[in-house]
Formats: sequence, C-alpha cells, structure tokens
Amino acid sequence: MARRKRPKLAVWKFASCDGCQLSVLDLEDELLDIAGALDIAYFKEATSVEKPGPFDLSLVEGSVTTSHDAERIREVRKQSKALVTIGACATAGGIQALRNFKDVKEFVSVVYASPEYIQTLATSTAIADHVPVDFELRGCPVNKEQLLEVISAFLHGRKPNVASHSVCVECKLRGNVCVMVTGTPCLGPITHAGCGALCPSYQRGCYGCYGPMEAPNTTSLVRAFRQAGSSTVDVVRVLRTFNANAPAFRKESEAQEKGEEESQ
Amino acid sequence: MSGHERAILSVEGLGSLLQAIRQEGYQLVGPTVRDGAIVHAEISGIGDLPAGWTEEQEAGTYRLRRRDDGALFGYSLGPQSWKQLFFVPRMRLFQARRKDGTFVVDAEAPKPPRLALIGARSCDLHAIEVQDRTFLKGQFVDPDYAARREGVFVVAVNCGQAGGTCFCVSMKTGPRVTQWFDLALTELLDGAHRFVVEVGSERGAEVLAKLALQPADEGDCRTADEVVERTASSMGRKFETEGITELLYRNLEHPQWDKGAERCTSCANCTLVCPTCFCASVEDVTDLSGNTAERWRRWDSCFTLDHSYVHGGSVRSATRSRYRQWLVHKVASWIDQFGTSGCVGCGRCITWCPVGIDLTEEVAAIRATDGKKEP
Repeated sequence: MARRKRPKLAVWKFASCDGCQLSVLDLEDELLDIAGALDIAYFKEATSVEKPGPFDLSLVEGSVTTSHDAERIREVRKQSKALVTIGACATAGGIQALRNFKDVKEFVSVVYASPEYIQTLATSTAIADHVPVDFELRGCPVNKEQLLEVISAFLHGRKPNVASHSVCVECKLRGNVCVMVTGTPCLGPITHAGCGALCPSYQRGCYGCYGPMEAPNTTSLVRAFRQAGSSTVDVVRVLRTFNANAPAFRKESEAQEKGEEESQ
Repeated sequence: MSGHERAILSVEGLGSLLQAIRQEGYQLVGPTVRDGAIVHAEISGIGDLPAGWTEEQEAGTYRLRRRDDGALFGYSLGPQSWKQLFFVPRMRLFQARRKDGTFVVDAEAPKPPRLALIGARSCDLHAIEVQDRTFLKGQFVDPDYAARREGVFVVAVNCGQAGGTCFCVSMKTGPRVTQWFDLALTELLDGAHRFVVEVGSERGAEVLAKLALQPADEGDCRTADEVVERTASSMGRKFETEGITELLYRNLEHPQWDKGAERCTSCANCTLVCPTCFCASVEDVTDLSGNTAERWRRWDSCFTLDHSYVHGGSVRSATRSRYRQWLVHKVASWIDQFGTSGCVGCGRCITWCPVGIDLTEEVAAIRATDGKKEP
C-alpha cells in the first residue's frame, strides 16, 4: 500500500492533573506504532517539539476554568479537524468543578496571600460547554485501551467501540458478584462503563469515575442507598467527585441537599 | 442400577462419585463460596462445595449465612446460572488479516472442555432447555454454543430449601428435577448426612455402577420426597400465569409501566443474571495498522440504548419502553416465539436488581387493575 501522509495529532492540556495525557504515554507497547501512524505535532507532556496547525486530531484534556482557557479552546477547535475530549475534567469539569457549588471568591480569599493576582472563572466546565466536540472519552483517568481504540477508529474512519451502558454490564461480563446486592453501596448501575468494573472486581462499590451512563436513573439508585442507611452527606459526597458537574449527578446531589434543608 | 431406581450415597460416596466423573474426562463445575456468594466455578472435589453455607434472598438483597449443619447443597440459588458456560460472555468470532492485496479469515475452532455440572437445580435445567431452543433448535445452530453444550454431564440436586425470591412452582419448572439429568441427588440431613441418588440416563447409571451402592429403602425414599415437597410448599414468591399473554398484550399502556420505569435504572442486571436471556452485541475492531481486524461477540441487553439502535437513533429510547419490552417478552411473547415461557421462576432478576424491582409484583399489580389506562 502506498504510504499516506500521516495525520497530525495534537494533545492539549487545560485545567487537569495530566493523568489522561499520561495514559497516552502509558501505551508503552503501542507508542512506536502510534508515532508511526500519526505525526505528533503538539504534545507538551511528551516532547518540546511544536509544529503549527491545523491538526487532524486533537485530544483535549482538562476543563475550562479561566477566561484565557475559554479563548484558547476556541482557537484549538478552529485548528482541529476532529476534537476528542479525554477524561472527566474535559467531559464534565472534573473534581475542580466542586467550585461550582460554592463561592469561588471566598476560596481565593482564604487560600491565596494576594488574591488580587488570581484571575479565575466562577465555574469549571466541560469542553463541550464551549465548543462542539466530536467524541467524548470518559474516565478519571481514561482507560488506555479505550484511548487506543478511539485513535484506531479515527485512523480508519470508523465509530469507536466505546459502550455507554452501565458498569454492571462489565461486572457481569467478568463474572463478578454484585457488591450492591451483597451490601455495599455502588454507583455502578448509573455509571458509564469503560473501566472494566475495576472497583467492584475488588469488592468495592463503584465511585463513578466515568460519570453518568447513557440513561442514568440517579434518583432511584440514591433512594436505594438511603433505604440501606446512607445519610444525605454520604450520598452528596459520593455524587460529588470527579464528575460532580455532570448534569445527572449534579441535579441529584442538589436535590438531596435541598431535601435536607427542607426537612430541618 | 437402571431406570428410576434410587440408591443411598454417603458424603464420602459423593466424593468418590465426583472423582469417578472426573476420571471419565469431565471438568467439574459446581457451587463454591467466593466474594460473599455461592458461585459456579471449577471445583476439584467435595472439599470445594459450600459446606454449612446458605443464603438469605429478598428483592435487591443477598446475604450469605452460616447453617448449623454441614449441608453441601443447603442453599437455593447463587447469582449465576450455567449460562456463561455455554453462551460465553465474550468471544472472538474470527480474525481477518490483509495478505497479498486481499485478506484471509481465520475462524475460531472451539475445543471446549467436557463439563460436568454439579448441583444443577431444576429451574436452571429448564433454562438450559429454553436456551437450547434459541441456539440449537432454530433455523441456525450456534457452533460455539453447540460445541460447549455437547455431552455435558449433569449431577442435579433436588432443592432442600426455597429461596426468598423463588417461584419455580408457579412456572412448573421445579423444585423436583424431572428431566435433562444424568444423576439427581436429594440431600438428607436427618440422622446420618447422606444423599438419595436417582439415575436419569445410561451414562449416569454407568458412572454410578463404579461405586458399590445400597438401594435406598422405602423410608429414605419417603424422606427424600418430603424434602422436595417441603421446598415446594415454601416458595418465596407466587406468580399467576393464567392468561398472561393476553393480560400483558391488552395492558401495554397500563400506568404500572410508568411506576416500574420510575424505579428501573436500566443497568441491565436482570437480563444478565437471567438464565434464558440470549442477547449479544457484535463488534468489529481494527488495529492501528489496519492490517488485522477482529469480530467479537459479547453479552448485551435490551436495556442498553445500543440494543435497539438503528439509523437515526434508538427505537426504545425511554426506560419505560425497554422495561416493558423485557418483561412482556420474558413472560408473554416468548411463548408465541418459542412455545415456552422465557421465565423459569429462579427469581434472580428480583434478587439481583440493585433497586429490588420484583416482576411478580409488577405483573400482579397490572392484573389487579386490568385495563387501567390513566395514572
């Protein structure tokens, strides 16, 4: 086969911990193949080499928390044929979206000696809240095999095989005993698959790292948690982690807090 | 031993029987305790059985409990049926490689081990027969299922207790084992711990002939019958099946479907623990180079949006539609399609639903308000 011109890949960082970019580097056995198939034009976590856009594929990690980043993501979008967000920050705002439930000015005044130097938005938001996104890969961090699948699918112009059903399906494929039914609260029934049911495989409840699944009935599952003895604080905490700002989780955690206030 | 004669087997005798089955070249798969439940896994002998364990089951809960005796089959049903042994959760169907401007396909050649199921219950044996109708007796035969299913040896157990969510009596699938077995045991715990063993096939008789067994006397046979009768009279659930197809067909807009959907999480657990559900998804994957492709099959569920996805979207986009589709198919339209109910009354969909939805209650609610349209 005649060698086609290699598509240009860019990997961008916004407000994030770099863990999802590291998942790219963690593809140790495939890295040379990836570098062979794609022209790595911009990937600061891996190389100081910078090539100009436009890019065929942009992987975007992180959320938008500053007005500067809100501008920058529009520029990235302009320069990218396909834009794929990777991880909970980029798809839901990340753990830093906990600020969305509080007054960020108050945080700044408590944390920084000179708050006047800090310029930040009141919220942490997903990339898709700012620009159109072609595909969102979930997880905190993303699963490297799924990341490889998304890159392969892009290279061959096909749809990635990334299921959006519950974690429960992955548990059953592995033959796990359901931890929820045997007594441990588990977010699996409302959480997006992708991790391979990592925590339930070690008899732990799911923490919801991959955010809400395709049709999450958060209210029903939380009702089951409450019936099994979880307090308002328990359920609000479990819903407010890496995907706190994902609408299905945010709505339910706010409803729980409101219910608690009204009962007092 | 031949026909339906019954013999007495001691606990040691059961150990010898399992070894005799192994020596025939079978891999033993039976109940064993793992992760807070009694699961089906490969066992090496009697020592792996869940001696002295039982469980409590209710809608959405399962708890392993200690018994005050050493019963080896003193539980009702664990989370798994035998489905995963024949209709495997995930498998590669074929691999294709680019070669000389074209491509070659490497088909999978299944060489599964010959299995002996130890401790299979009547409901689960009925479920295997229901799945056989799908994979073996339709227009097409599934070669992988057929290869795994071929020549399976069954040591069944008549249930000594009913689980909290069991309703095999309503579905006429148990608790007595009546067919599709090679040997059937009834565990007796009065006096000496022993088993009454019944022969169900030539092959079963041949294996049993290797052990020098005494025929069961009238008293033991009566005790064994009483064990099963006691189980039959203590079912955790009842399910009225009279006219069920017509009942559900004329109540497709009943408000009870909304109530079910309000609770249902679409997580798919009910379908995945169901011993008769047979849906699978097929996925094609390519590697980075594009020189090899693989086709995989994995369990799917009518509760996922992808299951009914056609160009433009999912046909059953609402949870209500998916929940209704599953339940109506399972207990009603399955009968039109396969000539038997898709439900064997094992109760797993009730126990293993994380929010405890009970199909017997749901259908009873519809029956109680037959024809209701408005909420």
